[in-house]
Amino acid sequence: MKKVFGRPQSMKGNIFHYCAGCGHSIAHRLIAEVIDELDIRGITIGVPPAGCAVLAYNYFDIDMIEAQHGRGPATATGIKRALPDRIVFSYQGDGDLAAIGIAESFHAANRGENITVIFMNNAVYGMTGGQMAPTSILGQKTTTSSAGRENVLDGYPIQVSEIFSLLPGTAYIERCTVNSPANILKTKKAIRKSFQYQIDGIGFSLIEILSPCPTNWKMTPIDSCRWIDEVMSKQFPLGVIKDVPAEAAKERKEREPKS
Amino acid sequence: MKGHIIIDRELCKECHLCVHACKKGLITPAHEYNSRGYRPVSFKDETGECTGCTLCAIACPDIAIEVYRE
Repeated sequence: MKKVFGRPQSMKGNIFHYCAGCGHSIAHRLIAEVIDELDIRGITIGVPPAGCAVLAYNYFDIDMIEAQHGRGPATATGIKRALPDRIVFSYQGDGDLAAIGIAESFHAANRGENITVIFMNNAVYGMTGGQMAPTSILGQKTTTSSAGRENVLDGYPIQVSEIFSLLPGTAYIERCTVNSPANILKTKKAIRKSFQYQIDGIGFSLIEILSPCPTNWKMTPIDSCRWIDEVMSKQFPLGVIKDVPAEAAKERKEREPKS
Repeated sequence: MKGHIIIDRELCKECHLCVHACKKGLITPAHEYNSRGYRPVSFKDETGECTGCTLCAIACPDIAIEVYRE
């Protein structure tokens, strides 16, 4: 019998420290699979965040540089400018990208740096014990919004992908999720596309991944996958938000005279 | 037998996403503990129904499932 599915080569054998049913480990695996498929293991440099994924370098068998909290895209900018032939991605959570590091991430996107940002959105601060994040949904109960998030007191959830798509520097932005095998495969396609765009030198890409956090949502893994479908993806609609090369190709096709 | 899976008992964290993903219901929760205090799922395929579709392995967050196909 032939082996059709196993651990990707770009992944070490360490056991994940993530909770049962966490989306981080799925995203790690997808990135490693894409690195294997594109055969860029030797030239890829990753930038893990502060947050639950702070130990990502224990799992990837590639070069990694730990960034200060929220400064992943700034570090990635430096690496990419010093070593333009390397493939650089930063991996960030919602506390890292949407809260403390929004300035660095926003300006890296605005400069159109040729890097890939993987943005894990789980609507809470996972590592510190489930406090309210900028991406928490209105009415969501967390340890710091025990009666549910209220817009008057706490503001509205930040739609990071939509905001970034308004910047002319960004090339490709897609929001996906990892709550079912079909959505996991779609997410992998999006990650692959973003890495391919970086290889082609097209520019900044952001992949937002809605990730289940069963421990801090106080749900079972299966219920949290359902919650993404029923509640979270209503606030954060899935799909391609911006794809400059595809739009340009479509326009070119429309302009061509029909023969 | 078209397909077969091997579950690494030490990696499984009993999230049961694979139980949910298997359309044939071949993966079931189990009661024996592993060395890390979780109760890993078990795979039973007495009639050779597994097609090796890999849905369980794609859903598994801990890469605990390896899939083999003819």
